[in-house]
Amino acid sequence: MSILVILEQHNGQWHRISWETLAAGQQLGVALGLPVEAAIAGKGVEGPASEAATRKLEKVWAVEHDLLEQYTADGHTAAFEELIRKTQPSLVLFPHTYQVRDFAPKLATRFSQVLVSDVIAARNDNGLVLVRQFFQGKLSGDIRPGGSPCFASLQAGAWRADQLETGSAAMETFVPTLDASRIRQKPEPPFRETARAVDLSAAGIIVSVGRGIKEESNIPVVRELAAALGAELAASRPICDAGWLPMERQVGSSGQTVAPKIYIAVGISGAIQHLVGMKGAKTIVAINKDPNAPIFEVADYGIVGDLFEVVPALVEALKKAKG
Amino acid sequence: MKIIVAIKQVPLRDSHFRIAASGKWIEESDLSFEINEPDAYALEEALQLREKHGGEVIALCAGPERAQQTIRDALAKGADRAIHIETQDLNALDTLGVAQLLAAAAKPEQADLILTGLQSDDLGAGQTGVVVAELLGIPHSTIIMQAEVRDRVIRVKRELENGWFQHIEMPLPVVLTIQSGSNKLRYATLMGIKKAKNKEVKRITPAELGAESSAAAKIEKIYAPQKSKQTQIFEGDPKAAAAQLVEKLKFEARVL
Ligand SMILES: Cc1cc2nc3c(=O)[nH]c(=O)nc-3n(C[C@H](O)[C@H](O)[C@H](O)COP(=O)(O)OP(=O)(O)OC[C@H]3O[C@@H](n4cnc5c(N)ncnc54)[C@H](O)[C@@H]3O)c2cc1C
Repeated sequence: MSILVILEQHNGQWHRISWETLAAGQQLGVALGLPVEAAIAGKGVEGPASEAATRKLEKVWAVEHDLLEQYTADGHTAAFEELIRKTQPSLVLFPHTYQVRDFAPKLATRFSQVLVSDVIAARNDNGLVLVRQFFQGKLSGDIRPGGSPCFASLQAGAWRADQLETGSAAMETFVPTLDASRIRQKPEPPFRETARAVDLSAAGIIVSVGRGIKEESNIPVVRELAAALGAELAASRPICDAGWLPMERQVGSSGQTVAPKIYIAVGISGAIQHLVGMKGAKTIVAINKDPNAPIFEVADYGIVGDLFEVVPALVEALKKAKG
Repeated sequence: MKIIVAIKQVPLRDSHFRIAASGKWIEESDLSFEINEPDAYALEEALQLREKHGGEVIALCAGPERAQQTIRDALAKGADRAIHIETQDLNALDTLGVAQLLAAAAKPEQADLILTGLQSDDLGAGQTGVVVAELLGIPHSTIIMQAEVRDRVIRVKRELENGWFQHIEMPLPVVLTIQSGSNKLRYATLMGIKKAKNKEVKRITPAELGAESSAAAKIEKIYAPQKSKQTQIFEGDPKAAAAQLVEKLKFEARVL
């Protein structure tokens, strides 16, 4: 009985949710009275593993194999399946990354379990209770997992890496028995589509537009607000997918991460993939007709109303304030 | 090429949700439903691949009676036939349970390709496609933007974080989970809607699939999210609200 935390790194670079997940593991270890171990898979991962071993943990596993040099769903699943069968944890925690989304459900299936994904909180209430969001963040729900091991992936930002306790852990190398012929994905090197001409991370004020704008021909409504504020214009993903604004103006997990003084979200619902890109803004303003839109959960100021009335009124008010 | 597209019917995105008396799910009686958005993109990708390579597109859907509408819409857009797994209560199953049903229904079809959306707008678990692949013993890849097929090999463009991408090759058959926005969605034509009426919809029950299972992870309670910030909300007259906001930004937040 233990907790196993799976860490993620790429070419020696940590995925930052790794540390948040490790902090969650430590806290759940205390809450559930279980020892906590961590594991990291790849080729040449002793370095990162020894770094992880400076945290308060029982043990860190360096899951080492030439075939793990590049991530594949088949390779990672097989490697972690073997480690889990050996170490028999009762809870396996992952950072909720794109990579984890790709292999952890497959791994859980090997144990006739499901992955409880994108978890935002956890507690011991006569056993483990995991909290996750439903309906794109409009509702939350408590999940009581059954069976062992329980697999859960944790949302970015839900736990704090700065609460990680330091210590010293034993390190052990684990070499899984992988077979090249059973790894069916042949990955090519990652690439970026285009050079980014716009760096939104330097912007002081951002006006960001979402699907509430309805049509491309309405974009001038928010353009005018941006002009009145001297702000950069940004958008949620569907706006860029539709080509109403260029891709390089997309904010979120698959776009840019921004931290302006003011972020004004206009007609954006506040899906987690958007929030992770702008939660760091100093002051967040949301304009949305739905009082239950999740964007209001992170907003400092909100106007509930129709953006087609509110935004022009705001432009007026700004002009007046400038005098 | 034979392509299965697994589609789910979910409440409209703009729905106002009320929690059901059980406290474990939402009240569904007053909601309207539509195809899960990423699944619509999976269907589009399937139709485009069929246009290029020929073959057949089969819409596969697990859900109650009302899911018939979503199935008809898929047929009207161009799917050739459909399989409807009739489950009264999809929420009594967890992701593994649903994937078992889908895999059992897909298996005899021996499809070259199974596509589905990368996650559902209601549960958002993001696992169904991956689990189906594992149950069928075939490879998969997730968050896919594009797919090209050549000589029984598929090359996909997979989205990574922060604006990165990657190509991956796999031997067919495979399961792919498709990202929203990767294509332009087509509308059903009048002709398509007419033709859909005569297309085959095979109805099948979980019992017939021999895949009855109960949930390992249960929803105990569902509720409105807790706020992480104190939000000052201005409602009512837009002009007054706008003026109040500017005031606050200037003198309280001091960011103007
Ligand atoms: C792997 C993955 C990566 C993703 N990456 C990103 C990303 O980087 N960035 C990103 O933004 N998204 C990303 N998404 C998509 C994300 O999940 C959401 O689908 C998306 O952010 C929704 O955009 P939206 O808020 O503009 O649209 P919607 O969710 O449709 O919200 C529209 C909002 O407008 C409001 N509205 C409608 N009409 C009006 C009106 N007249 N006046 C005022 N308000 C109105 C509605 O109440 C609603 O809240 C990603 C998803 C996945 C699965």
